[in-house]
Amino acid sequence: MLDLQHVTKVFLKGTPNAHTALDDFSLHLDDGEFVTVIGSNGAGKSTLFNAVAGSFLCDSGRILLDGKDITYQKEHLRARQIGRIFQDPMKGTAPDLTVAENLALAYSKATRRILSPARRKKDTAFFKERLARLDMGLEDRMRTKVGQLSGGQRQAVTLLMSTLVTPKLLLLDEHTAALDPVTAQKVMEITREIVETNRITTMMITHNIEQALHTGTRTIMLSAGRIVLDLTGDARAQMTLPALLELYREKAGKALDNDRMLLQES
Amino acid sequence: MAIVESALLLGLQYAMLALGVYITFRVLNIPDLTVDGSFTLGAAVSAVLGAAGHPYLGLLAALACGALAGGVTGLLQTKARIHPILAGILTMSGLYTVNITIMGAPNVSLIGKPRFYEPLEALFPNAGKNIPEILAVLLVCVAVTAVLILFFRTVFGLCIRATGNNEDMVRASSINTNATKVTALCMANALVGLSGALLAQTSGYADINGGNGMIVVGLASVIIGEVLFGKRSITVGLISAVVGSVGYRLILALALESEWFTANALKLVSAVIVGITLSVPAMRAAFARYRTRKGAKRHA
Repeated sequence: MLDLQHVTKVFLKGTPNAHTALDDFSLHLDDGEFVTVIGSNGAGKSTLFNAVAGSFLCDSGRILLDGKDITYQKEHLRARQIGRIFQDPMKGTAPDLTVAENLALAYSKATRRILSPARRKKDTAFFKERLARLDMGLEDRMRTKVGQLSGGQRQAVTLLMSTLVTPKLLLLDEHTAALDPVTAQKVMEITREIVETNRITTMMITHNIEQALHTGTRTIMLSAGRIVLDLTGDARAQMTLPALLELYREKAGKALDNDRMLLQES
Repeated sequence: MAIVESALLLGLQYAMLALGVYITFRVLNIPDLTVDGSFTLGAAVSAVLGAAGHPYLGLLAALACGALAGGVTGLLQTKARIHPILAGILTMSGLYTVNITIMGAPNVSLIGKPRFYEPLEALFPNAGKNIPEILAVLLVCVAVTAVLILFFRTVFGLCIRATGNNEDMVRASSINTNATKVTALCMANALVGLSGALLAQTSGYADINGGNGMIVVGLASVIIGEVLFGKRSITVGLISAVVGSVGYRLILALALESEWFTANALKLVSAVIVGITLSVPAMRAAFARYRTRKGAKRHA
């Protein structure tokens, strides 16, 4: 489904502050795989997502999505096939537009008829049904401005928006990190359900190692712009937190310096 | 009565300007200073074509030229990545030369030339001078507002609204935000050009300095409309810009009647109105803070 071949990205190239965020990075994702991505700060997790989503062009290497070369495709064109959700719940929705309008905008990806009415009756019924599945009572608040919803509700709406038209790839960039624990769990459940029902190939960055090991089908760990650990199947199922930290020390040659991860070590 | 009539006529002519400013300032969330130049551009084009005997072509050409001016500002903002305010100033400044070249002189007179409202004059021969003009401009106003209301209900209209709200999200929905911005700026300045064109034909002349301070006039109209209707849906917003424009002219007419102000005071009065209204949220916040602190002291 997704193929990164020898991708390299250097920030501030040619200056003393040059920083190699992705270093000859290769990764292959099979159709329907759900990969969790962990790594310390500055390991290249977000750079990886930015490279795939097209926020910048890479210095070298190729990126293929479903067999098609998207290395030089523009960001908004890639967005037709790649759904992306950020940590900040404010980023994925337009606050002054209603829930229905936000959904209609996301749904326009499917139709592409730019001068057709934005709100059609049959779409409204469809949106209502999808909102009801979130089980947050949002189906009765379709005319509410999104800015009046809570962070968790906004993130759930964003999730719905990016999967309303099933994407080929879903990128989740710590999308539950800014939510309170109960809401985070709820949004995580919704995520699992949506991803599983639609069999969407997914990558999720997380700082919660427990979550990383128990969500999805595969876990990769990044360090200094490279994959240092790639766990699937039995090896992943039997992995524990202390063992993982030890493995990291071995592979990366240093201790895991992520305070947020260590806090969750209990 | 004469005051109300002339305020209504002026208000409806400037309503197109208010709609244009509403689209950039409120919908797109970018203050666009192209307005001063594109207003004169519309007036110049329609006056020159009107003087040549083509009043309707003059209105259409003003729309097209205004759109072109907006497009230039849009490309400067998106492709050249120039700060939106500076992009507007650049276009506005350059337009001075374009306008004076089109006009050939600092002003063009339309006395004795055909105007767009003349068919209505023939329909109501006994109605006096103002009524046919008001009716004709009202017709244009209603038509344009209706088209805009419908447009902002389409998917593309929704995209433009969302662009002013959260650009990241629009891009994530696979929509080219450069295209939405340029289109909105084209539309807005087309309307501003039309406003200048209507004014030139009804007042019978175009002046190279006619567009000075139009951004403030537009903002004042939008803000007065919001005071009257509140900030609600886009449909209400568009209508309130039109009503706000008429309201603004009425306020100015009354101010001039009062003998406290001379005609020279107009721009200062407008600027003060806009300044005060735009600072209302900040003043409210400061007042709320003051009351909270006072309340806390009393309970201490």
